[in-house]
Amino acid sequence: MNPAYSVIVFTTASGAGYGLLIGLAAAAALGLVPIDALFGFLGLGVALALITTGLLTSTFHLGRPERAWRALSQWRSSWLSREGVAAIATYVPAGALGFGWVFGEMLPHQIAAGAGLSVACAFATLWCTGMIYASLPTIRAWHQPLVAPIYVAMALATGSVLLILMLAAFGYPLRWAAAAIIASAALAWILKARYWAAIDSAEKTYTAESATGLGRFGTVRPLDPPHTQPNYVMREMGYQVARRHAVKLRRIAALLLFAVPILAGALLLLNLAAPVQIAIAALAAVSTAVGVLTERWLFFAEAEHIVVLYYRGGTA
Amino acid sequence: MAKDEPDIALSERSADEIKTTTCYMCACRCGIRVHLKNGRVRYIDGNRDHPVNKGVLCGKGSAGLMTHYSPSRLRAPLKRVGPRGSGEFEEISWDEALETATSWLKDVRARDPKKLAFFTGRDQSQALTGWFAQQYGTINFAAHGGFCSVNMAAAGLYTFGGSFWEFGEPDWDHTRYFMLFGVAEDHASNPIKTALGKLKQRGVKFVAVNPIRTGYGAIADEWIGIRPGTDGLFVGALIHELMRTQRVDLDYLARYTNAHWLVVDSPDAADDGLFARNAEGKPLAFDKTTGALTDATRTDIAPAMTGTFTLADGRQVRPSFALIAERFLTDEYAPDTVAVATAVPADTIRRIARELAHAAFEETVTLDIPWTDHTGRRHEKTVGRPVSMHAMRGISAHSNGFHTCRMIHLLQIVLGSIDCPGGFRYKAPFPKPIPPPNKPARATEPGAPLKGGPLGFPQGPEDLLVEPNGAPQRIDKAYSWDAPIAAHGLMHMVITNAATSDPYPVDVLFMYMANMSWNSSMNIPAILKHLTATDAETGEYKIPKIIYSDAYSSEMVAYADLILPDTTYLERWDCISLLDRPISGPGGPADAIRQPVVAPDRNVRAFQSVLLDLGARLGLPGFVTETGTPRYPGGYADYIVNHERSPGVGSLAGFRGQDGKSYGRGAPNPNQLESYIAGGCFHEYHLAPEQLYYKHANKAYLEWAKDVGFMGAATPITFQLYLESLQKFRLAARGHGAVTAPASHRERVDKFFDPIPFWYPPLDNAPGDDTGFPFSAITQRPMHMYHSWGSHNGWLRQITAENCLYMNRERAEALGISDDDWVWIKSAIGRVKGRVRLMEGVNPDTVWTWNAIGRRAGAAGLTPDAPEAVRGFLLNHLITELLPEREGGYRFSNSDPVTGQAAWYDLRVHIEKVAPAEAGETAPQFEPIKSPALAEVEIAR
Amino acid sequence: MTSLPEQTQKKLGLVIDLDTCVGCHACATSCKEWNASGYSAPLTDQDAHGADPHGAWLNRIHSYEVGDGAESRTVHFPRSCLHCETPACVTVCPTGASYKRAEDGIVLVNPDTCIGCKLCSWACPYGAREYDYEDGTMKKCTLCVDRIYNETFAPEDRIPACVRACPTGARHFGDLGDPSSAVSQLVQEREGFALLPEIGYRPVNRYLPPRPRRDGHSPDVAATVAPPTRGTGSLADQFFAWADKALAR
Repeated sequence: MNPAYSVIVFTTASGAGYGLLIGLAAAAALGLVPIDALFGFLGLGVALALITTGLLTSTFHLGRPERAWRALSQWRSSWLSREGVAAIATYVPAGALGFGWVFGEMLPHQIAAGAGLSVACAFATLWCTGMIYASLPTIRAWHQPLVAPIYVAMALATGSVLLILMLAAFGYPLRWAAAAIIASAALAWILKARYWAAIDSAEKTYTAESATGLGRFGTVRPLDPPHTQPNYVMREMGYQVARRHAVKLRRIAALLLFAVPILAGALLLLNLAAPVQIAIAALAAVSTAVGVLTERWLFFAEAEHIVVLYYRGGTA
Repeated sequence: MAKDEPDIALSERSADEIKTTTCYMCACRCGIRVHLKNGRVRYIDGNRDHPVNKGVLCGKGSAGLMTHYSPSRLRAPLKRVGPRGSGEFEEISWDEALETATSWLKDVRARDPKKLAFFTGRDQSQALTGWFAQQYGTINFAAHGGFCSVNMAAAGLYTFGGSFWEFGEPDWDHTRYFMLFGVAEDHASNPIKTALGKLKQRGVKFVAVNPIRTGYGAIADEWIGIRPGTDGLFVGALIHELMRTQRVDLDYLARYTNAHWLVVDSPDAADDGLFARNAEGKPLAFDKTTGALTDATRTDIAPAMTGTFTLADGRQVRPSFALIAERFLTDEYAPDTVAVATAVPADTIRRIARELAHAAFEETVTLDIPWTDHTGRRHEKTVGRPVSMHAMRGISAHSNGFHTCRMIHLLQIVLGSIDCPGGFRYKAPFPKPIPPPNKPARATEPGAPLKGGPLGFPQGPEDLLVEPNGAPQRIDKAYSWDAPIAAHGLMHMVITNAATSDPYPVDVLFMYMANMSWNSSMNIPAILKHLTATDAETGEYKIPKIIYSDAYSSEMVAYADLILPDTTYLERWDCISLLDRPISGPGGPADAIRQPVVAPDRNVRAFQSVLLDLGARLGLPGFVTETGTPRYPGGYADYIVNHERSPGVGSLAGFRGQDGKSYGRGAPNPNQLESYIAGGCFHEYHLAPEQLYYKHANKAYLEWAKDVGFMGAATPITFQLYLESLQKFRLAARGHGAVTAPASHRERVDKFFDPIPFWYPPLDNAPGDDTGFPFSAITQRPMHMYHSWGSHNGWLRQITAENCLYMNRERAEALGISDDDWVWIKSAIGRVKGRVRLMEGVNPDTVWTWNAIGRRAGAAGLTPDAPEAVRGFLLNHLITELLPEREGGYRFSNSDPVTGQAAWYDLRVHIEKVAPAEAGETAPQFEPIKSPALAEVEIAR
Repeated sequence: MTSLPEQTQKKLGLVIDLDTCVGCHACATSCKEWNASGYSAPLTDQDAHGADPHGAWLNRIHSYEVGDGAESRTVHFPRSCLHCETPACVTVCPTGASYKRAEDGIVLVNPDTCIGCKLCSWACPYGAREYDYEDGTMKKCTLCVDRIYNETFAPEDRIPACVRACPTGARHFGDLGDPSSAVSQLVQEREGFALLPEIGYRPVNRYLPPRPRRDGHSPDVAATVAPPTRGTGSLADQFFAWADKALAR
């Protein structure tokens, strides 16, 4: 699938934003952070900014952005519609939480409610986004049970790195967050590694022979294409990345997105000086960003759509 | 409709107005309906009533909208202001353009009319353009048939009075076996497609003989991947097998052919190899009932087809069929012998021969149609041998195409399958006498019209257009010893010959719709040099003046001096006439018109109207009245209705006479065009059932054909298996007769003017494959493109904007070449770079590409980085227009030695991978052409 | 709405005969031409005269070679929407623009409500949906819904543009839900097949397979044993002997 930069930015940005939101909300409910106005403003601000940037990017990526509101109507059948509903729904508790955090004094049960609903809505949104991909039988690499869970895990992993950067910058206790990074990055790594193994070993049961029904005559090989320059379908779904290229990028992604944050988390368990902690957190954030962009790029680039069988023959 | 579903407008009108006309996306001439909305073309579909396509429409026709609204349309007359090839033009008025053209043509006509070379890329309107040349007085005229398919036309017209070319078609409804030779797409496009669909339904076996398996070959029941140029061996072997297994229709031969005519066997005599004739000039036959020699054309004899007989003067004679049988029953044409050269297994050849015989002799078709033959004998039923064939460029575009095509006709004839139910049927105005009686006209004094049309059918050396020393009189050397039976001229040689003054220079080259500086020429780099070559002393171009007319900005535009912009096919009047290229079917003659469906939105004029205007300005007889005013002031529409080529006979055959009720002959009817339009822009005449078959010997048909002027007399047509006129040329090469061949041409004419068809290797191919050029290189026409007409169509080029070289997978892999590799394609004269695609369905010794996809950067209204220019390529650059020097330095054109047909497919090449840095872009690259200002396009919504 | 109808009254669709298709693209261009100003209007083109021409089409024609060596064949393969019974392209649509008509099963895109998110094209394994880069919405075969019920058309013209144009008669239109319809009988007779049935979308269109060849490789063509030549002497002599006898009768 074409790794369109806008979609990659959208999903990684909003994923990190939801992860950060979940982290902040949970921290607030569990009393792991002070309910400080500036911290709340910056923290939830960054989270909601990332989320909103992602949503706006994807909206303007639409052919008819002015009609985007219609996308909320088909939640009964469409994961994309459900994602839209959940995303908008998330603003309510997150907004309330933020408002209370910044401007008011919230009672514990109010914090718990706002945080709880924010976390629930954020999880729902992340799950729906993952399911958009996972529900498509036409793309074997996406039609995997691990896709939606990984999407959530990535959000938590990337969000937790942003969270710790904020904690470090504000000088708040952060060892709990370091543990969270280690846990979420490790979980994400395990899931992603299993995912890669799964798609590498998946049996490619779709063939050009069955797609055309001409297998009865033997191997099917394209002779003349329907058009000598790529059409929309081939631009959107015809992307190919070389195997050895992909393997290299996987290693880079794993290093930057999982290994480095885990290391950073480990270091942040130690009682290092504040500027060092900030530096470590910042580096981890940069590494995570590059890593998740690479991972997301691969998620698209390594995904093969069945339609290419008609254009290239072979299996999918 | 469910309540949540949106409301859809289900019955919107497709158009404000629907007009019929004739398509011109190729030369098939299907009937179309043009749907207009707000005065713009919205949609084009097929006219269900039209006899050619009956409502269907091919990929090109359905994209006509984008050809009409193309941004490569010329928009005004142009005068060249930069050097030729620079593309620098100035827009001028029609007045200036026509005054310039008139002054050029007037000057030439007064001095030496043959210094006007007038050649048209399309044969449509040939009745008008040829007539213009005739009235002007120049012999230097032809349409494009010389580089297209004259081999098919000539072979057919000189053998059975019709042709594959487009004056005949299989009896699709009744045939039981169909063979298609050398066709990827022909411009009987939709008829062949429709027919194949029907054959499939009826379970009729369809055999495709073609080096390449695409298109029609894909759905054929059997594909024969023959080596290019060897079809004559294959067909010869089929004839061999049929004769050997005694499966020939002797009765048919006796009735309808010259098989029994006696040939003189007298080496060194002036009539050796000619028919023995009586005092009245009738050919002789031996009548077995009387045991005597008699008039072979008598219908009450039992002629011998074998044996040797003696003339009164003691010389020996033999029936021509015996000579033919002797040729084909040799080892040379045995299936086992030809199998290697053709790449067709001997078993396959034997099997096909058996299948043909089975269909012809065991599956005869009997129709309940009584008919009377020319002897007056009545037949209660019409019986036929239902084997049919069609052949086109794969046979034609070889230097052995004429003889190969004659062999195919011989095959059809020994199977008794010409114009019978299930066989190959004539389309009016054919059959015609063999050959048609008109001879090419000779030059006359300046200011006088020629005494006949410039093109014709020589029957002997006395008909050639040569000087007393044998030198050619025409610029293209047609009807000279280089190409005696050049029925369609040799347009592909005009530029070369004019630029090299061989035989002489011309003053004005006037061309219509022919992309001669690109895909319609061989050896393009040389042609471009010729077009821009200047005289060393005067500095003037060697071809001083070039006038070119076209609707679109092709590569040729940049090399002309004066451009006369044409309309698109939807903006013009036109006639598809029995006088040139009608749309007849076997059931009767038919002709058609085009009508302007929309008006031009730019300063262009229909070429035919412009030609009439020029003719009037020049005062050409027939183009002006007695008082010197234009005879057809209303332009082409006026001419179509009012011109009479002979009394009562005009462009259109239908609705003639003041009352519009006459067919074929009648006074001009001022409402004729309206009547055609009312009928869908065509008119059909339906023959009576008893006229439908065996037209060459059918009394009712022959008498009618005479009445309507298709034939001069109701004489039956006798198929000329043994073609005596060829022998006449041969005798002249041996020094006999008043007009003999010059020494330089004797051997060649002696060899190739064999009255019995034979196979020989293509002239450009040295024998054997160890010449360094082991592959045959050919092209195929894609079904959705027509020559270079499709590249500027914004839809069709989305399908194909670049081409590649197809190779046989096994052969390519043996050379270390893989899919998508770039290779050098090398011939004896040059090399071209292209990308490779491997395939199974191609003869192993053949490489090929789609025709005319490669374009020069900047042409056709495309951007210079268009794929057509960057990666698309032509094979034309590799094909020499002149064969290597013979002794004495003479170079014959790369053409069939009988007809002058351009031998495109004789090309032989060598393939090798490019160096890595060379991949990705084609070569040669030419300087991008600057395009003159073109018409704006407003995309309709 | 993106919910699929429980059942449709008819299952209109196409039957495409791969034994008769010659790959001429008539169906592709006539479709493009009809729909450029029909229900699907506009169908735009990008860079139509430049280096990278592409545009929205609803029907694409592939050619394939199948098999190896002497057994191989060339097959031309038109590909367009198969108007599936339970397609995900309908259910994934977030706005309900993608829907399947209850009356006749035609799957359509509502041009007024499509937001151009392209998810439907991701869900389609057949590449039937193309995004129009200028119009910003998704385009697909409409089974010429604006022709098949069109009362301003002659009855014989109330068929999809591609079916009317096809010169070889390789395309057929009708109700695949009615076993007695011409198309259903054709499918039965020729053993028509669906594409990728294992995905579960239940396509309605059917393809008719190429028929067996009738050449030297096919078992039902009689063995090519050359019949014995009768008589003595050279082939020509034998032939003349026969001809003399034959003509004497």
